[in-house]
Amino acid sequence: MNSPCRGVPAMFAAIVAALSVFALAVGAHAQTKTPIRIGLSIAQTGPLSGAGKSGLVALQIWRDDVNAGGGLLGRQVELVVYDDQSNPSMTPGIYSKLLDVDKVDLVVAPYATNPTAPIMPLVKQRDLLLIGNFALDVNAQIRHDKYFNNQPWASARDSAAPFLGLCKKVGAKTIAILAADAEFAQNLAGGVRAGLKEAGLDSVYDQNYPPNTVEFSSMVRAIRARNPDVVFVASYPSDSTAIIRSVNEIGIGNSVKLFGGGMVGLQYASIMESLGSALNGVVNYNTWAPEKTMDFPGIKDFLVRYQAKAKQANVDPLGFYLPPFDYAIGQILTQAVTATQSLDHKVLAKYIREHEIKTIVGTIRYGPTGEWANPRIVYVQFRDIADKNLDQFRNAGKQVIVAPDAFKTGEVSAFNQVRR
Amino acid sequence: MSFELLGEAIVAGVLLGCFYAAVSVGLSVAFGLLDVPQIAHPAFLVLGAYGAYWLGGFGLDPLLAGVLLTPVFFLAGLAVYRFYHATFERRGTDAGLRGLAFFFGVAFIVEVMLILSFGVDQRMVEAAYIGKSIAVGDLRLPLRMLVAFGVALILTIGLSLYLSGTFTGRAIKAVAQDQTALALMGADPVRVKQWAFGIATGTCALAGALLIIVAPVEPGLGRLYIGRTFCVAVLAGLGSMPGTLVAGIILGIAESIVLTSLGASWAPAVAFGLLLLVLAVRPAGLFGR
Repeated sequence: MNSPCRGVPAMFAAIVAALSVFALAVGAHAQTKTPIRIGLSIAQTGPLSGAGKSGLVALQIWRDDVNAGGGLLGRQVELVVYDDQSNPSMTPGIYSKLLDVDKVDLVVAPYATNPTAPIMPLVKQRDLLLIGNFALDVNAQIRHDKYFNNQPWASARDSAAPFLGLCKKVGAKTIAILAADAEFAQNLAGGVRAGLKEAGLDSVYDQNYPPNTVEFSSMVRAIRARNPDVVFVASYPSDSTAIIRSVNEIGIGNSVKLFGGGMVGLQYASIMESLGSALNGVVNYNTWAPEKTMDFPGIKDFLVRYQAKAKQANVDPLGFYLPPFDYAIGQILTQAVTATQSLDHKVLAKYIREHEIKTIVGTIRYGPTGEWANPRIVYVQFRDIADKNLDQFRNAGKQVIVAPDAFKTGEVSAFNQVRR
Repeated sequence: MSFELLGEAIVAGVLLGCFYAAVSVGLSVAFGLLDVPQIAHPAFLVLGAYGAYWLGGFGLDPLLAGVLLTPVFFLAGLAVYRFYHATFERRGTDAGLRGLAFFFGVAFIVEVMLILSFGVDQRMVEAAYIGKSIAVGDLRLPLRMLVAFGVALILTIGLSLYLSGTFTGRAIKAVAQDQTALALMGADPVRVKQWAFGIATGTCALAGALLIIVAPVEPGLGRLYIGRTFCVAVLAGLGSMPGTLVAGIILGIAESIVLTSLGASWAPAVAFGLLLLVLAVRPAGLFGR
């Protein structure tokens, strides 16, 4: 005989079972939420890899920070990274793969100008949001409205302006320009060339050297023979080292009051340590230096964490040049995605264009061409550098900021006086 | 261009040219005498440079490190040639691009090994003669280039004497001319070629030490030297040791004068233009048979 009460436990059991299945399904759905995939290529081999490897460490720190805080839009963040071997011809293929095969949600540009320039037509054609990573003037002609470059200088002209100001300050009348025959160096040198007239400088030597040049003594001799007041050099890491060595060995002449400018590599710990006292007096661009005017909120904490990881990863142990800016790339994406609750490139681009972004390299606002509205490239002068001492570069006073005025921590000293 | 500057450019060119000769002399043996498409030669140079850097960590002078590594490289050369012979030459598949692909693969493996072991940062060494110069009148000469000059002279003269004055050296020259005839004389051409390839690779240890003495190195640097070393070896006349020295000096002087006067961008064009011109007039190279 069936009692109506006997059905109650069965019904209860059925409800519990149904709820359990529902809960399991919800839980499983939460767990299987696909991660947000962010794709990029960044040099891990070749001449740009010194900075590229350190930049990737910074992006990985950002990814881990975001994921530890619950991810973005409730989803974990995953980086899809390829090594472009510092080779610009590789990047269009890599970004096509990132978009069409890996199906990434967002893309970050490769490190540096030369590998970024070839992907700009693809980015514009597909109307993508692209966060630039130290690319100089790559959007000047293309004018893509969803490109935002994370680099503290907006154009070649901007980067040259503080250096040309220093030329005036030391009373220079003549200049020699030596530049590598490659995109970034040419852009930098172009900025200086464009401002010569305004700065009242006569060019007495202007040469581009091919990228496979081994020995620079001949060029240093040719420059010395012209007796310039200023020598502007735009070079890549191995060239920069060789040029500084040649200058140290055979001299650049007593007329030179300002030497340096656009030498890539003099920001890397290994090169600074190796060149040591040969750097004294050189004035060169930089993005960050451990000076009191550059103490942005969060940057020192980041550098402590980066330097701990850099040891394990065998990359730049100081990480002043690129890593804080690559971490800031992540912060730009975090703020935009969180504020808009969207991964739509159009929506994100509109947000970044219209809002200030708080990062460890300061507050960023973008101008109409996707460059920083208030660029702040700094020029530092190496002072009192001793040989074989990496730790000295962690201290203030070794890379004194001499321009621009807003970040200045000391007056420029004439190169010929310092070297004497 | 003043007379004084021209003189400085010529002196600097001679020093630079001797450096080019030193890094090319092994290729002159491997490619010039043995017809082995040793495109991995610059990679072995970079390996030698890193060897000098590594031993420098124990306080060894880079040149001394190069000398100590020479027998190690010699043995490595023997092994590489034996493998190449077994997998390509003996089967007759070394012709055309296949042999080239093998050595390209070797170069790539060397580069990746260096990246994994030393990282991608550029490396330098320290020695009493690096970063200093000596004054000869008004002319200041970098000591590191004078060291390169001396080592290049020792390498090329030593190899010339070895090839012309010893039994094995003459056998190496003979294998370059006619392997069959050498075999009929009772010598084993494969062993002679293996020995010669070992010597060619052995020079990379010392020349590699020069590489890091002259300029900083990074794992991918070998790629930059492929064109230059082959240019010197071909311009010299394949297999000629004195030719390698002369060709290196000609290229060095041409490059130095162009860098000083005409414009740095023209330097590679002038160097390779010179190569084309010489080959048009003398297809066998300056000292070729």
